[in-house]
Amino acid sequence: MAGPLWLIPTVPIVASGVIALLKQPRRKLASNLAIGSMVFSLLLSLVAFAHVLSGWMHGALVRETSNFTWIHVGTTPLDLGWVLDPLSAVMLVMVTFVGLLIFIYSTGYMAHDENYTRFFCFLSLFAGAMLGVVIANSILLLFMCWELVGLTSYLLIGFWYLKPSAAAAAKKAFLTTRVGDVFFLLGIVWLFGQTGTLLFYHGGAGSMETHALTALLLERSAFGLSAATAIGLLIFAGAAGKSGQFPLHVWLPDAMEGPTPVSALIHAATMVAAGVYLIARVYPLMQAGMPAGGTTTALSVVTWVGAFTALFAALIAVAQNDIKRILAYSTVSQLGYMMAGLGVGGVAVGMFHLITHAFFKALLFMGAGSVIHGCHEEQDVRRMGGLRSRMPLTFGTYAVGMMALSGVPILFSGFWSKDGILEAAQHFRLSKGPFYMLVFGALLTAFYMTRQVSYVFFGSYRGHAHPHESPKSMTLPLAILAFFAVALGAIGTPAWPWFRGFLNSTPVAFGLSGFDEPGLLALMGTSTVVVFIGLGLGWWLYGNKSPHADQPDVLEAAAPPIWNALRDRLYIDEFYGATVIAFYWWWAKVADWLDRDIWGGAVAGVSWLFKLGARLNRFLDANVVDGTFDKGCEEISVGGGLLSRMQSGRVQTYLRLLALAVVLLAVILIWSSRA
Amino acid sequence: MSFVLYILAALTVAGGLAAVLLKNTVHCALALTVAFAGLALLFLELDAQFAGFAQILIYIGAVAILVVFAILLTRGSETPKGSAYSHSPLVGLVIAACVFAVLGWAVLHSTAQLPPGTTSATPTVTVADIGNALMTRYVLPLEIVALLLTAALIGAVIVAMHEKEGSR
Amino acid sequence: MTPLSGYLLVAALLFAIGLAGALTRRNAILVLIGIELMLNAANLNLIAFWRYGPHPEALTGMMFAIFSIAVAAAEAAVGLGLVIQIHRHAQTTDLDAINRMKG
Repeated sequence: MAGPLWLIPTVPIVASGVIALLKQPRRKLASNLAIGSMVFSLLLSLVAFAHVLSGWMHGALVRETSNFTWIHVGTTPLDLGWVLDPLSAVMLVMVTFVGLLIFIYSTGYMAHDENYTRFFCFLSLFAGAMLGVVIANSILLLFMCWELVGLTSYLLIGFWYLKPSAAAAAKKAFLTTRVGDVFFLLGIVWLFGQTGTLLFYHGGAGSMETHALTALLLERSAFGLSAATAIGLLIFAGAAGKSGQFPLHVWLPDAMEGPTPVSALIHAATMVAAGVYLIARVYPLMQAGMPAGGTTTALSVVTWVGAFTALFAALIAVAQNDIKRILAYSTVSQLGYMMAGLGVGGVAVGMFHLITHAFFKALLFMGAGSVIHGCHEEQDVRRMGGLRSRMPLTFGTYAVGMMALSGVPILFSGFWSKDGILEAAQHFRLSKGPFYMLVFGALLTAFYMTRQVSYVFFGSYRGHAHPHESPKSMTLPLAILAFFAVALGAIGTPAWPWFRGFLNSTPVAFGLSGFDEPGLLALMGTSTVVVFIGLGLGWWLYGNKSPHADQPDVLEAAAPPIWNALRDRLYIDEFYGATVIAFYWWWAKVADWLDRDIWGGAVAGVSWLFKLGARLNRFLDANVVDGTFDKGCEEISVGGGLLSRMQSGRVQTYLRLLALAVVLLAVILIWSSRA
Repeated sequence: MSFVLYILAALTVAGGLAAVLLKNTVHCALALTVAFAGLALLFLELDAQFAGFAQILIYIGAVAILVVFAILLTRGSETPKGSAYSHSPLVGLVIAACVFAVLGWAVLHSTAQLPPGTTSATPTVTVADIGNALMTRYVLPLEIVALLLTAALIGAVIVAMHEKEGSR
Repeated sequence: MTPLSGYLLVAALLFAIGLAGALTRRNAILVLIGIELMLNAANLNLIAFWRYGPHPEALTGMMFAIFSIAVAAAEAAVGLGLVIQIHRHAQTTDLDAINRMKG
């Protein structure tokens, strides 16, 4: 069954190739090709999902792989392959479904853009690459698609490349994720070297299977860490770059320079989730050697980084004024939640939040896009307001998304997924730190989302445009996503933990006995209280008030230094600029000096030597050789002149010479005959 | 050496010297004739009568006359203006002296090789013997000389012929 | 000094005189005169050697001398004809003036 799986990423990539060859005016064809390919991939994903589902319902763990050797490097084969198991199946369905909705949304959002065709070419390429990451069974194939995803992210962030800030943001995204990718590659190489295989699952010989893992655990490396831990940390560094964990989060907020569909698809639902997915994929490695009830070094690092990022980003989000930037920091924060969830609770906990977040974050971004579109490209929340009445559909769906994100209880999926993480964090043996961070983060999440919604939809309109509702092509996907933002909660409740069961391949039964977990209800109550505190605080401070753009924010007036620090993103970018960037500028200058003066000087010196040689050669040729030759000819000429002067033309001279010669001859003959 | 020989020799040498040294060309031609005559007498003294008479007939009778004709035809009868000798006559003289020196030395130093019977008997040579020899032993040179004379005759005519006006 | 060597010396002297004339006189005809003298000196040599050499009955020397006389006559004719022709062209018999072969 895993055989035809390769079609799922290939069809969008082929579509992208075809669109690349189309002329710019063929807009309808381009978007139809892209959407068609996504529909195809979605259908195929659903078939694959159904296959795994049926397998699960029969109580079997479905993990089918299809591997092949790509090339041989010397005697070592490099294998590629894909895997179909519960994890890849849910991810496939999510990516293709959300992707399809966003593609449809883009036809409306980018309708007035002249580079429509190019947009869909890149979108298709991205979709294909992301799907490749999802199905990869070979860590090499995963990395190749990973890099392709990074490339398309660069292309899409810098889609409006004529804007300098967009081009700079694209570069920043690429370079920052590159830092993570270096570590990732090191991890890949080490893993390959240690286990001898690139495949995750290969009938017992894969790198995620027991045999390889035990070997990795035994291998000792630096700092007393086992090879498994070290490789796990290296791979996490790559995931941290792609998923915007602290300190490699700096590119995500700047990536909002791209069009909103890009932000929705790549920087909310899918690409940034790739890091989380990667950790889920190599979870056996991260988990290797876990003592009962405890945790491994790798997983605790993941947990702490994730929890810190969650809190850190939520703080900054409070002080932002750009509608997309608030959502961007929110994404960073939620990614932190997902990583922490993976760390404390396992694959199912983190992945459930990933799935629900994909839906409601895409919804929120697309809603924000709708708002921006309706307010004629205005992005500052202080110039919006009162859009509740003017854009009712957008408001309704946005509100659903906001409540899901904040974790409003029972109805919304976000509550169930976040609670899963909080519950696991509560039971984290190592420390209660992550738990408190995540709880405070949840409070802040509710607070800043309420602030944002108040600014945008409530109060009076403070802008200069005439806001209007967006077209059906944009609002229909919003509605669909809103539905799922609610409905998905159902598969993750303790009453029916279907998702967890599906991923872990354990049977699941519906029953309220799930709520009988000790401390579960108390936790649910605590999180509910926290959410309502956040909502209430936000409403109290920002409610129906409509502060003008030049008026300071309520909190800003209260505590300016803290506000300014938060608004300036806690000076992380400035720090990087002063250290890393400054170093690279200096290094670039050194390299330039080397190149221009040293190597360039050497080359110039050599060329000077050659010129000197050439001049010398010319001098020799003109004066010595030619001179000698000319002199010689002159001498011959002079000699000839001399000789010709000897020809007097007079007979008697000749006669005299004749007689003389005869005399000499006679003398010689006589002498010789006498002797 | 008899007294007659000395006289004859002196005559011949004097004639020769005069032929070479005199300014007037006609006088030179006449002196040449004297030299020829002296030589004829020397031939007679050497019992080569035929040669002697042939010398008189041909040299004095033809060659000398020819020379005089040539002198007259080339207006050489006038005394030449300027020097009678060409540029640097000393060089020519020296060379001639060298030649005489070599020849004289050769003659004087090789007389020792000559057989002692130098006073050989007088050969009796008749004209009939000469005619015989010409027709038998020396017939080829005779014919060749005849051919040569023919060629010389024709050649001399052509060489000295007046060129036709406008032709060639 | 044998009679032979006397004749030979006379011949040599005559030859040298003739050569001197040929080499030093300006007029072309006088050069020819000198040549005639040289030829005659050679003839004297021949006859002398015939008279005082072995086998005079072979007539070798005499024949040689007669042929020499004949050839000399022919040569004198042709040479003088040439001199006359040169005189027609150059209006002079001065050998120093006839130097068109000058290099």
